[in-house]
Amino acid sequence: MSLPTLAPTAKRPGRDETPRPGRRPRRGARRSLVRSIPLLPAVVLLAIFLLGPVISSFYGSFTNASLSGSTAQNSNFVGLDNYSALFADPDFPKSVLLTLVFLIASAIVGQNVLGLGLALLMRTSNRLVRAIVGTFVVTAWVLPEIVAAFAAYAFFNDTGTLNAMLSAVGLEGPNWLYALPMLSVILANIWRGTAFSMLVYSAALQDVPTEITESAEVDGARGWQRLIFITVPMIRRSISTNLMLTTLQTLSVFTLIFVMTGGGPGTDSSTLPVLAYQEAFQFGQLGFGTAIATIMLLVGAAFSIAYIRALKPEVD
Amino acid sequence: MKKSLLSALSLGAVAALVLTGCSAGGADTESKTIKVAYQKFGSFVQVDAHMKAVKKEYEAKHKGVTVELVPIEAQENDYATKLALMNKSAATAPDVMYEDTFRVQSDSDAGYLAPLDDYTSKWTEWDSFYDNAKSAGLGSDGKTYGIPMGTDTRAIWYNKDLFAQAGLPVPFEPKTWQDVLDAAETIKAKLPDVIPLNVYSGKAQGEASSMQGFEMLLYGTKDTLYNADSQKWVTGSKGFRDSLAFIKDVYQGGLGPTPEQALDKNVGNLVSGEWLPQGKLAMGIDGSWLSGTWLEGGTAPWPEWNTVMGQAPMPTQDGGKPGSTSMSGGWTLAMGSKSQNKDAAWDFISMALNKDNSQSYDIAASQIAVRDDVSKDPDYQAANPTFGFFSGIVANTHFRPATSDYAQISTAITVAMEAVMTGQQSVDDAADAYDKTVVGIVGDKNTESAD
Repeated sequence: MSLPTLAPTAKRPGRDETPRPGRRPRRGARRSLVRSIPLLPAVVLLAIFLLGPVISSFYGSFTNASLSGSTAQNSNFVGLDNYSALFADPDFPKSVLLTLVFLIASAIVGQNVLGLGLALLMRTSNRLVRAIVGTFVVTAWVLPEIVAAFAAYAFFNDTGTLNAMLSAVGLEGPNWLYALPMLSVILANIWRGTAFSMLVYSAALQDVPTEITESAEVDGARGWQRLIFITVPMIRRSISTNLMLTTLQTLSVFTLIFVMTGGGPGTDSSTLPVLAYQEAFQFGQLGFGTAIATIMLLVGAAFSIAYIRALKPEVD
Repeated sequence: MKKSLLSALSLGAVAALVLTGCSAGGADTESKTIKVAYQKFGSFVQVDAHMKAVKKEYEAKHKGVTVELVPIEAQENDYATKLALMNKSAATAPDVMYEDTFRVQSDSDAGYLAPLDDYTSKWTEWDSFYDNAKSAGLGSDGKTYGIPMGTDTRAIWYNKDLFAQAGLPVPFEPKTWQDVLDAAETIKAKLPDVIPLNVYSGKAQGEASSMQGFEMLLYGTKDTLYNADSQKWVTGSKGFRDSLAFIKDVYQGGLGPTPEQALDKNVGNLVSGEWLPQGKLAMGIDGSWLSGTWLEGGTAPWPEWNTVMGQAPMPTQDGGKPGSTSMSGGWTLAMGSKSQNKDAAWDFISMALNKDNSQSYDIAASQIAVRDDVSKDPDYQAANPTFGFFSGIVANTHFRPATSDYAQISTAITVAMEAVMTGQQSVDDAADAYDKTVVGIVGDKNTESAD
């Protein structure tokens, strides 16, 4: 990329890192402390509503707390028992695999590629088409999750819309939710989440200067070449931000799967959030369920760190 | 600078106000209101009707006390989860709750329930309750935690019209499991549009799967779930595998509903509300309360039900003694340990289960009476023609293991059932996985291997 960028190490005038002569560094430290006071409420709220649950989740995963029975009122510290039981449980690797399949297929590939595709197509289409397509796509995003989940259930159900449409053209569709549970929930999540990616990419594409694409066109670059070598690199930061957001959102999808398949049949669509819910609230093993939730937390954190790292060199 | 400090302070103050607002919840009004939590789901509305009637009666008698009804619309296991979560916090814990007998032990161990011995000792009507019913409300410490509302038994309900159309003998008198499967095969061959046999199975049905489904089979084999003498859970038994194989034969052999129908949380409502009345299901292993749905005032009134539907005792596996088997449970009213007004809560319980109210509930919900004066009442006996049949099979009935681990083991059973009915695991693999889960729940020393 030949755009003039500031070197990351360039110092801005006035923002001195070395103290000016005659000024004690302590004063600066105190000043920044006072200046950060307005952040305090936000920090306190974050600590209460985010850090608190995270810490209690960590602690809970080391206990044998349960929903009923004597361990409900006197739970004991059991060390890593929950984790060793979890790693010995054949449901767990299956659930991790399902979660990854769901994540990669529906968020990383489905929502992102489709969202970018729609954004590109809408840029070149006329206003009417843009309005109609935009409305349809965004509707799925506007629906509350439970409503979207019921709509998807009605669509994929054995006697639902999809099979009714298929039988109208003489095809007999499978029982989607039972025979192809993962495909159904992946399609439903793509349907629901694409609008978000589309909006992010539409905004990003507007920032791509037309002069650059035009000059590439003059140099003889074809459509796909312009996309790969000009457009995608220029919206790289939007892509990684969007990837991070959709990844974290999809990792925590629960309602959609729970309503559509209940994690079943058997454990064929039990992703980690569904498995955690089942263990904690259906089987009453709060400690064990919390251990799964904690692992989810770590997976999410790992993904965020990876994406943030990918973003870093682009800071300007 | 000053301004930002000020706004920060005011923001903090607002946050603090919001937070304290969340935690303080009108504690002083608590004692004048008693909260009654119970299940209301699909066709099961009889407790709701009962509670509404008792609320009216109670509020008329105790001026100034309000009864707040909290119907929880959820399937059985979800109801138990929601109730346990409510019980965890004093702000939401109910004063009176509708409690399954098999959860009394684990919930009293959890500290959710209040002992009632001080109240029952002064309650003259307590002597009218049968002793075995009283023992169903005992906690592991021997104290009474639940007052029984009624009990139940389970058997095969079958549609006489469909049996006649398929050329099967009526009355249906199966002697072995094979007789039941043979009848189902005949119906499958003769009446392809009819579901031959429903056995509740899988996680979605929760306790109904393990009790109406699995244990109706297992207790008819030579093995058992729990050895009450040694107080150990039985693993690796042949009866367990045979019972799973029966479930597999029904679902993988096309003799039952499709697995996806059976795994729908609503299937219980479908069976009583649609499949049986509309002649879409020929046989179902189900409870004595089933006809409550079809009575006048039920959710699916069906005046002809008694001429169409027949009942047959569930046979043992090979016809071995005593020839038939059944399972019994029942529900109680229990008091929340976090209740602010225990006396008022007790007044509500004792009113809800006095002679007249017990009787009206037992009739409406088709319950087998647990009070001597109710079961001898001619009005009760005449109210439902199946009461005689279902009281008759009490002789061969079984009760679930009375331990606080049962609730967790019950879900392990439903997991094994779902694995074989969907074909995801073989019978042996599912049984082995169950054995491992049981050892995980109760520990090695509390299990014993069957011979």
